[in-house]
Amino acid sequence: MKTFLKYLRSGLILTAIMLVICGLAYPAAMTGLGQAIFPNQANGSMITASGEKTEDPEKAVGSAIVGQDFSGDQRYFQGRVSSVNYNTYTREQAENGEYGGVSSGNFNYGASNEELKKRVEEDMQEFLETHPGVKMGDIPADLLTASGSGLDPNITPKSAQIQIPAISAASGLSEEELEKIVKENTSGKVLGVFGHERVNVLKCNLAIAEKIGEI
Amino acid sequence: MLQIILTLLIFIIVVIPMGKYMYHIATKKRTFADPVFNRIDNGIYKICRIDRSGMTWKSYAGHLLMTNAVMIFVGYLILRIQSVLFLNPNGIEGMPADLSFNTIISFMTNTNLQHYSGESGLTYLSQMVVITFMMFTSAASGYAACMAFSRGIAGKKKGLGNFYEDMIRITTRILVPFSIIFGLVLIWQGVPQTFGANFTVETITGKLQDFATGPVASLEIIKHLGTNGGGFFGANSTTPFENPTIITDMVELISMMILPGACVLTFGKMCKDRKQESLAPGEENRIRVKEPIFGGQGKTVFIAMSVIFIIGLSVCYISELKGNPILESVGLSQDMGSMEGKEVRFGIDQSALFTTTTTSFTTGTVNNMHDTLTPLGGMIPLLHMMLNCVFGGKGVGLMNMIMYVILAVFLCGLMVGRTPEYLGKKIEGREMKLVAICLIVHPLLILGFSALAVVTQAGLEGITNSGFHGLSQVLYEFSSSAANNGSGFEGLADNSMFWNVTTGLAMFFGRYIAIIAQLAIAGSLLAKRRVKASIGTMRTDTVGFAVIVVVVVYIFAALTFFPALALGPIAEHLTVWF
Repeated sequence: MKTFLKYLRSGLILTAIMLVICGLAYPAAMTGLGQAIFPNQANGSMITASGEKTEDPEKAVGSAIVGQDFSGDQRYFQGRVSSVNYNTYTREQAENGEYGGVSSGNFNYGASNEELKKRVEEDMQEFLETHPGVKMGDIPADLLTASGSGLDPNITPKSAQIQIPAISAASGLSEEELEKIVKENTSGKVLGVFGHERVNVLKCNLAIAEKIGEI
Repeated sequence: MLQIILTLLIFIIVVIPMGKYMYHIATKKRTFADPVFNRIDNGIYKICRIDRSGMTWKSYAGHLLMTNAVMIFVGYLILRIQSVLFLNPNGIEGMPADLSFNTIISFMTNTNLQHYSGESGLTYLSQMVVITFMMFTSAASGYAACMAFSRGIAGKKKGLGNFYEDMIRITTRILVPFSIIFGLVLIWQGVPQTFGANFTVETITGKLQDFATGPVASLEIIKHLGTNGGGFFGANSTTPFENPTIITDMVELISMMILPGACVLTFGKMCKDRKQESLAPGEENRIRVKEPIFGGQGKTVFIAMSVIFIIGLSVCYISELKGNPILESVGLSQDMGSMEGKEVRFGIDQSALFTTTTTSFTTGTVNNMHDTLTPLGGMIPLLHMMLNCVFGGKGVGLMNMIMYVILAVFLCGLMVGRTPEYLGKKIEGREMKLVAICLIVHPLLILGFSALAVVTQAGLEGITNSGFHGLSQVLYEFSSSAANNGSGFEGLADNSMFWNVTTGLAMFFGRYIAIIAQLAIAGSLLAKRRVKASIGTMRTDTVGFAVIVVVVVYIFAALTFFPALALGPIAEHLTVWF
């Protein structure tokens, strides 16, 4: 019994000190440092309609590193399929409970799942109808597959390219203008090796919105 | 392909100095940072009045268990009453009892299996003083056990060291400083770190968008460094706020590899120590042996682990690259590979690398959704958790691998009819019984609970994919629990009484039975007299022996898990492709 109490006492002390160091002091210090050195990133990398950094949600139109839903508007680039609809919703959807609160994730369909096949077939059908001239085998895989997080901010340059004619027709911007926008918002591989070429959908669409006078 | 090779090269380059640093910390040799840390540590010892004398294996294990028990109790309490505590800007409710039980076992055992979703299940305070706190302490506990174990088998001194000293030294000298430095790198790249509430913006199309935020970066870095793996958000390191760029991806990748890798190097150096000591006094100074990078014994283990890792990585990468033939058949080109559940910024190569690493090093963090992997691509993470020794979690992976090493020594000994020896100690009945316990508990937990899940209604209700993939979901969940990994085939509807309790038990026994048995082996070997190496002694520091270990691991896995794998991923592969 005496040894038990001795063990217990040491255990309690260690727990207390680790709790203070690792659970309180360390995250607090990190928050202080992060807010002081990188205030924009530490608060979610928010950007305004003109693409400038901001820390105020009132002025922001999104986050530079998180994807956004533009479905239903043919004038804009479309991102990847999202199981959580990028946490984007209309006021009605919030009121009638269609929007279930902020989350992240994927449909989690296994490769052999019938639902996966069905979803891709339906999306394919819709894409071919809204993008005349596109052939079935030409659609890049990332455009019709769901991202892991449901918040992927990027599509591949090929996926941007294939959308350009349809966006040009709907927005009135020339294909050259749109190509230029895509190019400006494409980031390459780090050091030429690591990662993949990717297009930031939100930034492209902000550029489009500016040109067509939406903002 | 090239970036996979380069990333692994970076790992090899950084693990060498890290191994050296860790070895110096474990053996209390001098390091450059001593003047600062000695003061901090001595302060802590003084405040806590910690007894710093050496411990026997029983007392070491006792202190470890007691400390973990206290932490479990405190953490459980906080989760239950989190709604009324401070730092709850998003108005989160308290956590139900069965889910709290699962969560707290999960984080204390370094598993980080999550049946809740971070965005809606935890307050910022819980994310800090339960999750972040346990990420440090569970990693430190694993490391402490491993160092005690290494001292035991490589051992020269009496006793396995002091548990509290090990805990504090690893925390103040490695975990906290590295977390601060690389945590700042994560923030720089875009991982949020704030106490402010979730926010909503109005988009240019007039819709609203919600963002979940919080003290993410401070959790994110220790999640990898401590091979923990539990994400701040539901989708873990796939979410842009946890893993925004390829740079953060690589920081996270290397941080989860570095300490388990360094443990192997430390072990090798400790074994070498003993050899030097056996030289005559005085002689040691004359032939001042250079500190080895790996140490012969460490090298064998490192090679064996690397071979299994590379084989797994190749299978996973190729399988993902081939894509999903069913999607090809409906007209979606699979030239890019299987992109379902993956992020564009990581692509196939970095996703396959992350997947293999997170399950080999039993971290459990994911940068793509494992449920959506191709059948064979998903079999690799499953298999590596079943093996549980390919580098493995912080500290415990090395101990598991040594179990296979002892088994290999034993089998070879039987073949030539000699009493097997490892590191100059005879391996006898008692050690082999303990090794057998370690090796059998793991498959027993996985297969036993899986069998239970597929014969009960409560278990079956969790399965969300039909057919063979459904069995894979069940196997994956229990492999992940027993191996203390924590990743999941996330489609599984696992927040129910059945799943919370069964996986909780699997995690608990998977962790503590192994640790106790392994410390007992260390204690038992330490007490034995060393036998002189003779011409008949099998050498365990050769490449040949590394090959034997790899074969033993694969044969053991095949005998134990092949039937289950054949019914799950292999059967699914055959139905998808043919």
